[in-house]
Amino acid sequence: MKTEGRASERILLISYIIIALFSLLILRLWHLQILQGKEYRKLSEENMLRIVRIPAPRGIIYDRNGIPLVKNSPYFCASLIPENLKKVDVNALSGLLGINSNEVTEKISKKNLSPYEPIKLKERLTFKEIAAIEARQSDFPGLIIEVDISREYLYGNVGAHVIGYLGKLTPSQYKSPEFRDVPSEAFIGQWGAELLFDKSLRGTPGERIIEVDALGREIRLLQEKPSVKGEDLKMSIDINLQKAAEDAFAGRAGAVVALRPDTGEVLGLVSSPSFDPNLFARGISYKQWMELSQDKKLPMLNRALQSQYPPGSTFKIVTAIAAIEEGLINTETKVDCRGGINYGKWRFGCWRKEGHGAVSLHRALVESCDVFFYEAGRRLGIDRISDYAYKLGLGTSTGSGLGRERSGVMPNTKWKYEKKRQTWYLGETFNVAIGQGYVSATPIQMAQLMSTVANGGYIYRPTILKAETPPPPVGKADIKPETLEIVKRALWGVVNEPGGTGGAARLSTISVGGKTGTAQVVGIRKASHLLPEMFRDHAWFVAFAPTEKPEVALSVFVEHGGHGGGAAAPIAKLAIEGYFNNLKFKMQN
Amino acid sequence: MRIDRRLIKNFDWITFSLIILLTLIGIMTIYSATRPPLPGGEHPSYYIRQIYWLLLGVAALTLIVSFDYTWLGRFSYPLYITGIILLLLVLITGRTGMGAQRWLNMGPLSFQPSELFRLIFIIVISRYLSSVHGNIGIISMLRAFFILAFIPFLLLVRQPDLGTAMVLIIIFLSISLAKGLQKKIVALFIIIVAISIPFLGHIFWEGLKDYQKNRLVAFMEPEIDPSGIGYHINQSKVAIGSGGFLGKGYMNGTQGPLRFLPEKHTDFIFAVFAEEWGFWGSFFLLFVYLALILRGLDTTMKAKDEFGRFLAMGITFMFSVYFFVNVGMTLGVMPVVGIPLPFMSYGGTALLSNFIAAGIVINIRTRRFELFY
Repeated sequence: MKTEGRASERILLISYIIIALFSLLILRLWHLQILQGKEYRKLSEENMLRIVRIPAPRGIIYDRNGIPLVKNSPYFCASLIPENLKKVDVNALSGLLGINSNEVTEKISKKNLSPYEPIKLKERLTFKEIAAIEARQSDFPGLIIEVDISREYLYGNVGAHVIGYLGKLTPSQYKSPEFRDVPSEAFIGQWGAELLFDKSLRGTPGERIIEVDALGREIRLLQEKPSVKGEDLKMSIDINLQKAAEDAFAGRAGAVVALRPDTGEVLGLVSSPSFDPNLFARGISYKQWMELSQDKKLPMLNRALQSQYPPGSTFKIVTAIAAIEEGLINTETKVDCRGGINYGKWRFGCWRKEGHGAVSLHRALVESCDVFFYEAGRRLGIDRISDYAYKLGLGTSTGSGLGRERSGVMPNTKWKYEKKRQTWYLGETFNVAIGQGYVSATPIQMAQLMSTVANGGYIYRPTILKAETPPPPVGKADIKPETLEIVKRALWGVVNEPGGTGGAARLSTISVGGKTGTAQVVGIRKASHLLPEMFRDHAWFVAFAPTEKPEVALSVFVEHGGHGGGAAAPIAKLAIEGYFNNLKFKMQN
Repeated sequence: MRIDRRLIKNFDWITFSLIILLTLIGIMTIYSATRPPLPGGEHPSYYIRQIYWLLLGVAALTLIVSFDYTWLGRFSYPLYITGIILLLLVLITGRTGMGAQRWLNMGPLSFQPSELFRLIFIIVISRYLSSVHGNIGIISMLRAFFILAFIPFLLLVRQPDLGTAMVLIIIFLSISLAKGLQKKIVALFIIIVAISIPFLGHIFWEGLKDYQKNRLVAFMEPEIDPSGIGYHINQSKVAIGSGGFLGKGYMNGTQGPLRFLPEKHTDFIFAVFAEEWGFWGSFFLLFVYLALILRGLDTTMKAKDEFGRFLAMGITFMFSVYFFVNVGMTLGVMPVVGIPLPFMSYGGTALLSNFIAAGIVINIRTRRFELFY
């Protein structure tokens, strides 16, 4: 019985050990379920809940006649949920998607990734690729196929500078609180109207809270907040005018700005050469971006706002108005042009060396006689010319807000003293009076000037929004209507009278008024077409139509185009024709 | 066959009820763990197969109880030879699954000989040690170790089925201790172990497959790589911990059906149960296991002979080791060793073998008074 007893003691000891081990398990259970229960409950929910963003369709942009300029097209992309990164075999994944494995590694090793926001690995999948990915999805946890919406610019290059484009957040935008709600992969407006009206175009993304399994596959939908489409935008642009003007450039560099004289609406804004905004909307590659930004023709420069050059003879409009208003010249005043005047040791020539003979104001504008305006300038003095130029909007930017806009230069004695600490010379007045020398303006300023002259002196701020109720003018140039009538009649003559320099803008159906201009690049008066292109003069043309009741006022600028009448006037003609053709088309419907 | 009325009167209804209860809880949990994540999806038939195996297990248990267990002692050596042959067959023709070669195909069924061999091993060790008089001497110990334990140990490590191999060694040592060892042997054993640990440790580590090494590393620091080797342990802890006090409710667990938890219906079934039933349910379940183990130890003390005592002890130890290692693993306090939870984990051979083992324990308790009649 002794061994029996010892055996029982041992069994009893074993029982105690078992009970002790059992108590340890219970303690551990208590620790996990009671003490850490809440944390683990959260972890299990994070395991299975996923928030998926539903992109909001962006508002559609229309031209003033309701023609859509952009389109939203859905596309598929293969994305990876960062949470599952560690489980992913990068080589196998890049093989499946057909992209470089370094590219995948680079994309998934970016810092500051939100753990739930999918990383787009490949965009614009074909249906074949989608099928291949879905078939092998179980091998790649976290690999999902997302639908996103891309922007398509229906007219490509046409209007790119004013419609704009979308792009990913720039590093500085990424830090800005304004874009805190924007997901890092999203596209937002970065240029033109897309940028200016981004907030209202953007819409509000929705979200889906879904339950997923361990492979990240959707099991069921728990909650859905639909996305709200962005507001549509009706632009003031007339795509027909825009396209006609842009096509007319045929690759030459320059700009056109066409305004509605009675509202300030921008009917067309061309900066040539342009770029294809679709490149940006698809996510521009580094190589494509370098090509664009290093192109010698500067396609990314908005010439309509940022090119400032001497306005040439188009400035004679200002000189004429100033001289009439000041009573220094009237319709009877005649100046004898002998091909130039002498002042001290310098000679100021007329573009027509043989001279115009005795010319009145009307003929001087029509034939663009320089000598007549030397005389007008001499009588006015620089400061009075400058005053009227400022009244008409030169020397300050138009405040369009379309982008960085340059303000041009409108010199006077004060300006010269502040800038150069020198006194003003009369010779400089001669130059300014015909739009050469220090004076310079941007195409949008010249268009605004034309618009102000055409509408009877009202200054409107250029806008690219189609206004339902016309906005009030921001100011009125204090100029007598009779004065403007005299000038407008002369501008009609420029285009329509024999000997007028702007004959190339003549239309049979609509009466066009305008003024040619040539900005000298080098100080030599020599037939421009004989010089190499980079030394050729810049061509200007400002115009308005119809002359009886103007609906469009525009400026055309052609870099190194030579004479305004030859290079710029035909573009104005095509643009105006485009605008009125579109109207005819509209009336027929 | 003579049906004794005393047999029915003395039948160990408690052990029987406990294992039936555990198996039913197991089937219920398998049903929940393998349910399709969406209503209307296909429900895998694991739980139905487990019901068939339960019925087969009850039949086998009844059969075992109706013969006196001393009969097992007489057939222990032929059983042992058969067991070894089966283990050899597995190595030669067995089916490979999950990195190990453990299954034998028998027509439509596949079965794991190592599950049955555990029992044969307990029977043969009990038979051998009960034949030794007094404390075990060096010769008997070495003979028992090399002939009875070492050969199957090697065969199991080759498969590899480290879990079962480890259980065999623990059972061998504990029954030997219960029998009583000469002090010399204890001393010698301690010296040998102390000297060989560095060598064995090296050989052991080098001999491990990569996934086995990973499991050990993961056990030490599961958070190092939550989606890699520590994944099992972390997801199991998430499942258990998220149950809280009351649990998420039956059929409301998410970790299993959504496949975050691997091996949800086999090795990690306790985690699924704990997620749905919470602390109170888990406490109850663990208590049922404790009752089963203590009942087995009680049977050990009441057995009519030494063979019966060793047999009951070996089987109870086996249940205990499986229970503690499995639950310890799911709770993250033991390394991941692929051994199932007795009676609850899905697996036909294991359930059948556990029912036979429980049958033997019931048999021993039922016939405890026979000596005195």
